[in-house]
Amino acid sequence: MKVIIRRPRREVEMPGSRRVRDLLQELKINPESVLVVRGDELLTPDELVKDEETVEVVPAISGGSAHEV
Amino acid sequence: MKCKTCPGKAVIDMRRHNAAFCKDCFITHIERQVERTIESDKMLSKDDRVLVAVSGGKDSLTLWEVLRRLGYDTTGFHIVLGIDHYSPQARGTAEAYAAKHGLPLIATDVKEEYDFSIPELAQYTRRVPCSACGLSKRYLMNRTALEGGFSVLATGHNLDDAAATLLGNLLHWQTPQLGRMGPALEATHPKLAKTVKPLIRLTERETLAYAMLRGIDYHDDECPNAVGATSLFYKDLLNQLEHASPGAKQSFYFGFLKKGRPAFLAAQTGGVELKECEACGQTTTTETCAYCRMMDLARRTAAARSR
Repeated sequence: MKVIIRRPRREVEMPGSRRVRDLLQELKINPESVLVVRGDELLTPDELVKDEETVEVVPAISGGSAHEV
Repeated sequence: MKCKTCPGKAVIDMRRHNAAFCKDCFITHIERQVERTIESDKMLSKDDRVLVAVSGGKDSLTLWEVLRRLGYDTTGFHIVLGIDHYSPQARGTAEAYAAKHGLPLIATDVKEEYDFSIPELAQYTRRVPCSACGLSKRYLMNRTALEGGFSVLATGHNLDDAAATLLGNLLHWQTPQLGRMGPALEATHPKLAKTVKPLIRLTERETLAYAMLRGIDYHDDECPNAVGATSLFYKDLLNQLEHASPGAKQSFYFGFLKKGRPAFLAAQTGGVELKECEACGQTTTTETCAYCRMMDLARRTAAARSR
């Protein structure tokens, strides 16, 4: 599967299928800080991502003063 | 995963509520949470003219969307910061949302109206950009609310913002700020607008999910000046706690409001007297407000460098 991670943007190829919670754990990404998306679909931690699919890890956290408004 | 309230398939899990929701039930849950927060903290009434601070990001547009759907009289306020590629995109997003829904939007360009972009202000005053930006925003939001006759200023601060600010204030024992923290601050001076934070019970992850599920076209880029910001570090620490102990952020912030803030507030009895700035008339505790002092320093430095 292909995992696209934003900020900074990078792409990771992971062989085989995995559940969302497992792929985040392998990538050492805190699930409290992100949403995992397949196309327009939000995925819960138990969702299985197949080998041929692409998912995106969208960061939820923003900071600095720009975030004050 | 199944939705907690209907037989549908869940699209998001919320461990702090030990729940998961389908798209429709999640949207309903979020809008009800905001509505309940507004009512319980007496933030807004339908008679209020509400100025909504809109950066164009997921939180501010989620706030505007929910307030619009709840039937409040809202006007957006966007500050054009003059930050490279970031500001034009943010402005475009805010303007597109306003145009799509036929809502009024006030845009203030700090470079055009006050001579300096945020990067220039930071450079000329030797402040970190987030400091110059935050001071400018607080000043301009209050001034715009007052001059426009708005009864309330609403900002998109969420639980992550509030918990990170609380952690920072505690780590540095900022006791005056600890007494003033809260989701709804009444106007304590004729030149101060009432400010409210209706998203305070939502995490940043939840506002992101709401914005995505509602199909809101929000500005997704992180401000280039925020890279390495302390607030991001605090949020990361708090999310590590949240992961190990769901509900930790909520317990930390709302526990403080209930049990900690009253003590800090009580310690401030007879506290500072608010005056009007001799230069601009906005509130200050000194003769000249912090914003006017910053602008004066920027003008003097810019003039000296041009000689």
